[in-house]
Amino acid sequence: MNEILVKKNLTPVTKLIVVKNPFVAAKAQPGQFVILRVRENGERIPLTIADYDREKDTITLVFQEVGLSTILLGKLEVGDSILNLVGPLGVPAELPESGTVVAVGGGVGVAPILPKCKELYKRGVKVISIIGARSKDLIILEDEMRACSHEVHICTDDGSRGFKGFVSDKLKELIDGGLKCDEVIAVGPIPMMRATCETTRPYGLKTWVSMNPIMVDGTGMCGACRITVGGKTRFVCVEGPMFDGHEVDWAEAWLRAGTYRAEEKVAVESCQCGGGK
Amino acid sequence: MPVKQRTPMPMQDPAERARNFSQVAMGYTEEMALAEAARCLQCKNPQCVVGCPVSVQIPKFIGLIKDKKYREAIDVIKQTNSLPAVCGRVCPQEHQCESKCVLLRTGQPIAIGRLERFAADWEAKNGAATPEKPASNGKKVAVVGAGPSGLTAAGDLAKLGYEVTIFESLHEPGGVLIYGIPEFRLPKEVVRREVEYVRALGVKIETDVVVGRTITIEDLFDDGFEAVYVASGAGLPMFMRIPGENLNGVYSANEWLTRINLMKAYLFPEWDTPIKRGKRVVVVGAGNVAMDAVRCALRLGAEEASIVYRRSRAEMPARAEEVENAEEEGVKFHFLTNPVEVIGDEKGWVKGLKCVKMELGEPDQSGRRRPVPIPGSEFVMDCDIVIMALGTSPNPIISQTTPGLKAQSWGGLIADEKTGRTTRERVWAGGDAVTGSATVILAMGAGKAAAKDIHEFLSGPQDKW
Repeated sequence: MNEILVKKNLTPVTKLIVVKNPFVAAKAQPGQFVILRVRENGERIPLTIADYDREKDTITLVFQEVGLSTILLGKLEVGDSILNLVGPLGVPAELPESGTVVAVGGGVGVAPILPKCKELYKRGVKVISIIGARSKDLIILEDEMRACSHEVHICTDDGSRGFKGFVSDKLKELIDGGLKCDEVIAVGPIPMMRATCETTRPYGLKTWVSMNPIMVDGTGMCGACRITVGGKTRFVCVEGPMFDGHEVDWAEAWLRAGTYRAEEKVAVESCQCGGGK
Repeated sequence: MPVKQRTPMPMQDPAERARNFSQVAMGYTEEMALAEAARCLQCKNPQCVVGCPVSVQIPKFIGLIKDKKYREAIDVIKQTNSLPAVCGRVCPQEHQCESKCVLLRTGQPIAIGRLERFAADWEAKNGAATPEKPASNGKKVAVVGAGPSGLTAAGDLAKLGYEVTIFESLHEPGGVLIYGIPEFRLPKEVVRREVEYVRALGVKIETDVVVGRTITIEDLFDDGFEAVYVASGAGLPMFMRIPGENLNGVYSANEWLTRINLMKAYLFPEWDTPIKRGKRVVVVGAGNVAMDAVRCALRLGAEEASIVYRRSRAEMPARAEEVENAEEEGVKFHFLTNPVEVIGDEKGWVKGLKCVKMELGEPDQSGRRRPVPIPGSEFVMDCDIVIMALGTSPNPIISQTTPGLKAQSWGGLIADEKTGRTTRERVWAGGDAVTGSATVILAMGAGKAAAKDIHEFLSGPQDKW
């Protein structure tokens, strides 16, 4: 169980692994996630399911090595097994049956958006993708996204490829250029999702976001993942992770995401595992 | 005439123990156990047994301790209780077996819980006899949740020859015994031992399976299970819905305790899960969970750890012994005080808890006098961590994903009180999943009752539900 069958470096800090777990593979839907633990004294961390193969009993996970647990996960090789992995968790994304959807993915956020685009494309929905990163080497899963999009726009902050600027700027350009779409799905870092929501708000364009807060159990037990949506407290693990981005209290979500920033640094330093490299 | 006073429990010194996670109550020595056992009058018609939700044969096992037949004593307990080392430590005996003890008329009741613990710990020290694995009757039963209720039902069913599999959502079995109750009250080693005992009876435990997500109850029937016992607990924490509750530094007691107990955050960074160690910690609520949370705060180094409770001392739902322990360790209690707002600093961190003073008015539905706010009495307590210990409600995942399984509006599964039968054929439920947060022993009692009824149903004509 949980054996790593494939491992790829997508960028110097982003890895893709294909993991054998027949239970999760059988049930996974776009938008859902797993919680995993790499070692006996390890944390439980959530990762969105980037793909699943029901025939091969596998799921695909994509992660950026940003903290101790993702660094340790990145050290596992093909043939190693992940100590614990539970899922699929969260509510599957509610995806439309027709129309046009713009999928906006920032950085490692392209991975969680991929299964949604695949499903939309399969349903015959027109998929326009905007994927971006800081620079061209950090763009991930471009071929996979092209395979399930009718149009793909690449953006880089430094202009090293495609549109120079944020994905939200590109989205605004497309909308102002007369793009007709029914809804937007945005996944990525909080500032990117927030900027995307602020871009679409004046147009009254429905915008779904996938929240990725701190979690412990991932089953509704602890409330670490709570955010405010439309003035109400919601648990991302059991009521999300997809929410109406125009209703999310982004300032609060940003502060909560930083709760353990100091401890995360201590953890990486004290493990002497070459963090971030 | 028996000695009026019970043999005292040796305890770690309060000042010392408030800074470590080692066990507070160290357990009776043999001499102490013998002295205490000698006080038992061996009643012909023992009321203590009536007071026990799992009907442990109390005078019998105490009599065996008196005769130094410790192995026999633990065997008697285990006939009806699969988790004696746990119950001896965390049962509210003063409301159950000990409240019925005849010695109460003239003095203190027999310390039944302490003797139960003594017998269980004696066995752990001297090697547990491997239980005989009964011959299989070929029938498969699934249990959802490896907490006290699920472990009890599984153990009882295994003894009857069923092939039992427990599905547990977390990475470690034990439920609230592992994630909720702290090491200093219930060492995790003790829980692991009890889980091993249930495994030795032939029970399979599959961790990392969320029933309702990873597999559904329908899937279990398709896989050949003939009955399902749902003991998924009451995991959803309640919040007060007051302003500031999502500030950094506000925890649910569940999160606080799960980080500490299951994830060993008190050993960070040796263990990877972090926790915020507050200087001034306020816990809202006065149940056992609140006591556990506030005592953990001291052990994490808090300079001041307080309980805020809207009613008065008399209404506190926590076990008397835990309140006493907390007070000895230096926990401050603010009664008739209710939070109205968590106050944050400019960076989104807790810096205070605004409360209002309360007074007791007319009795409410629970029969307790209703606390009402005193106008104009608001004040702010300085603090950097606030922990909400207001109770929990059952997780809706299973009721939402099982056709025909009905729940109350507040989340509790609807189940027959005596048998545990739910509204869905071949599905039983018990413990906190039915009652909302209650005690370990009541959950165990429900597990026992359900196991009995599952056996009756599966060995009968199976035509009536």
